[in-house]
Amino acid sequence: MDVGDQIPELRVTPDRFLPHRYAGASGDYNPIHIDKEFATQVGLPGNILHGLYGMGLVARANAAAAGGDPRSLKRLSVQFRGMGLPEQEIVVSGTVTEAVDGSVLVDTVAEQAGNQIIKNAVAELRTS
Amino acid sequence: MAVDTSAQGKTYPPFAYEVGKEKIREYALAVGEDNSVYFDRDAAKAAGFRDVPAPPMFAVVYAAGAMGPAILDPEVGINFALMVHGGQEFVWGEPVCSGDTITTVVECKEIFEKDGKGFYAFESVSTNQDGQEVVRGTWTNIVRGV
Repeated sequence: MDVGDQIPELRVTPDRFLPHRYAGASGDYNPIHIDKEFATQVGLPGNILHGLYGMGLVARANAAAAGGDPRSLKRLSVQFRGMGLPEQEIVVSGTVTEAVDGSVLVDTVAEQAGNQIIKNAVAELRTS
Repeated sequence: MAVDTSAQGKTYPPFAYEVGKEKIREYALAVGEDNSVYFDRDAAKAAGFRDVPAPPMFAVVYAAGAMGPAILDPEVGINFALMVHGGQEFVWGEPVCSGDTITTVVECKEIFEKDGKGFYAFESVSTNQDGQEVVRGTWTNIVRGV
């Protein structure tokens, strides 16, 4: 992986019940993620995806770019912006910005319907 | 109104989590992982793991029990109605595998106000049963209109 390279895009459309499965897997049952009625009552467009689910996709796309080994992901830092919704495609893309001593830094974003839900994500990957 | 920073430096009791193969499967399926090392012990061992490894972001599962009391601490005083999870960083060390016991300690690292928002940063350090660090996390929560 060289500076300027793009990592392979990850495209995922979380289904309607994905937030419920992620709630069970992660233990985060905040009703804004799993109860549409509650979510709309507090002013959200509907039940929203867990931010850490989106970060999980960013982690997955970066590890995959380094060959899929979970040990290749040394560090990941993200900012959560905007809200992700179920049943709309998420696109994770990234560009290598630095390469030093067997590691690369990848600037990554996760976008949904033109809205960046995760931005300023930086992954440090072990490449050798 | 200024944010109350008196909880800065406060630490919370360690939380121990026993990592199980089927919980790793449940998490891996939820985030769409398809690498066989997360599901198949033989594949994991062939790849050099002691047992089925957890995906890196499984850190949120074993750290949650330690993070909860810190974020909910009335002395920290986060207003949940106005809180968003603003940022997150993990730095990984030794891989986490099924059968490990991961102990996490949390410190309220920094509380400050900027542009009318309160920033609450917590640091978690997770170690395995052999004392090896597996992940260090920085969790930043932002509260609007403090």
